[in-house]
Amino acid sequence: MVKQTKTMNLNFGPQHPAAHGVLRLILELDGEVVEKIDPHIGLLHRGTEKLIEHKTYMQAVPYFDRLDYVAPMNQEHAFALAIEKILNIEVPIRGQHIRVLFCEIGRILSHLLNITTQALDVGALTPSLWGFEERETLMTFYERVSGSRLHANYFRAGGVHKDLPRGLSDDIMQFCNTFPKVLDDLEILLTDNRIFKQRNVDIGVVTKQEALEHSFSGVMLRGSGVPWDLRKSQPYECYKDFDFKIPVGKNGDCYDRYLCRMEEMRESVKIIKNCIKKMPSGPVKSVDGKITPPKREDLKNSMEALIHHFKLFSEGYRVPRGEVYAAVEAPKGEFGVYLISDGSNKPYKCKIRAPGFSHLQAMDYLLKGHMLADVPAVLGSLDIVFGEVDR
Amino acid sequence: MLITVNDLERTVNSGLTTAIKKSEINFGQLFIDIDVEDLSSTILYLKTNKKCKFKQLIDITAVDYPEKEKRFQIVYLLLSHENNLRIIVNLNIDEKTIPTSITKIFPSANWMEREVFDMYGISFEGHPDLRRILTDYGFKGYPLRKDFPLTGHKEVRYSEDKKKVIYETVKLEQEYRDFDFESPWEGTKYIDEETKKNKDMDK
Repeated sequence: MVKQTKTMNLNFGPQHPAAHGVLRLILELDGEVVEKIDPHIGLLHRGTEKLIEHKTYMQAVPYFDRLDYVAPMNQEHAFALAIEKILNIEVPIRGQHIRVLFCEIGRILSHLLNITTQALDVGALTPSLWGFEERETLMTFYERVSGSRLHANYFRAGGVHKDLPRGLSDDIMQFCNTFPKVLDDLEILLTDNRIFKQRNVDIGVVTKQEALEHSFSGVMLRGSGVPWDLRKSQPYECYKDFDFKIPVGKNGDCYDRYLCRMEEMRESVKIIKNCIKKMPSGPVKSVDGKITPPKREDLKNSMEALIHHFKLFSEGYRVPRGEVYAAVEAPKGEFGVYLISDGSNKPYKCKIRAPGFSHLQAMDYLLKGHMLADVPAVLGSLDIVFGEVDR
Repeated sequence: MLITVNDLERTVNSGLTTAIKKSEINFGQLFIDIDVEDLSSTILYLKTNKKCKFKQLIDITAVDYPEKEKRFQIVYLLLSHENNLRIIVNLNIDEKTIPTSITKIFPSANWMEREVFDMYGISFEGHPDLRRILTDYGFKGYPLRKDFPLTGHKEVRYSEDKKKVIYETVKLEQEYRDFDFESPWEGTKYIDEETKKNKDMDK
């Protein structure tokens, strides 16, 4: 007897609370088992790369905040690194420390959001309430240093926009002392939670080989047991001066990825603490007047500073001809910028390599044969933010 | 054993010999230029060769140079975890050439090639599912080509009369302004053009 099966097509999204943004999935279901997934992305496509081609280098920075809006400064970092490589300028050591400090804050911001919403997707409400309180504190640090909670526009080629305001490092230190307690509380709620484990252990398993084939990076790669972190392997800024561990998973399932993120936050706290302790004095941005704007008080006294200021904010700076790829370890994976300069004040081409793009692509292969209820669980552990997937 | 970028250049050059038209090291990254016919063989070599081990495809993108005869430059970015090195493979094609898809070598190339198709209109031979990916359903044109206007052609709004979302041709309340702030002393475009014209006339 031949069993007749009929598959059913189900449209998931684009507006769905578990889709983490605007994702449309066309699911082909056999009963409750997923046969095929076709993700439709691009509903948040804003043409960032095209817009950047029409803006000067300094004006292009804010677009990077709007990619992965959960950890904005990490994105700006990649762009700043790409420009600095072509311009061949050094960032002063204090500037480097401030960058590392805020990149790690960004990492905690992103992982907190991801872990708590992943828990929310599988049925736990409390972690998100606790986690978001901490995110709010972290965003006030963003606000105090850059003036805005989310779209910071703080990292510039040559350094950072401004020095830390008075008292900020003490407050961040204070946060670092209390935050591990919150992480412990979250772990009590989730790590040994029966429901959380049932929903995540052995779900969405990725082997080492497959993780490489599918261009995975970041936690998606480490969760499968590949010890690869750009902060360690291709250290940029002053990451090589810091002592931190790279948590690596074993099974490559959603649960391991959760554990990796949890551990990474603890490591980030370590880096932040260390960073504040070591924080050297000195300038925060390159002193080259052709690249970074002069100090406010110089404007009143120095004709040269005034000219530099005017030129920087009208023409911008020119970047010599060149092609370069610069990548950072963003919270979600390898975030890269492939920059082509034609010698003018605007990028000729700026390709943004978003980690989420490759991760989302693997949805079909990750979920084949899983149940419908596993779709949000896997989607949650992929750590997708549509700002960067759609660009 | 780790190899340096210089070793890599030598290895690649001796392994692929004639396929490589040019190789250079910029900012510690190896850039190689190849012909479109050698694409799959080069990528496969880079992935499987015991010394290279470029097991991860980072990204595929294209660059548009409308003034050149071979208008598009396609860029493949590869990463080797074992050697901790990156390689950037470039190839130039004109509008009519159709490069082969590398989805058989790297499954992740699927969406990346779809994106290049969507943004530049470059097709890939042997791609399993070449549809648009980022732009709207029913979108026309290739947005990242240099001749595509920044404002686009169509805009969307909700029509109160028809009670649905409608597409209209873009109407700008004020003409699109593209300020050229480049210093005239260092040669903005129009001055460049004028001096060139004068020189030609002198000849």
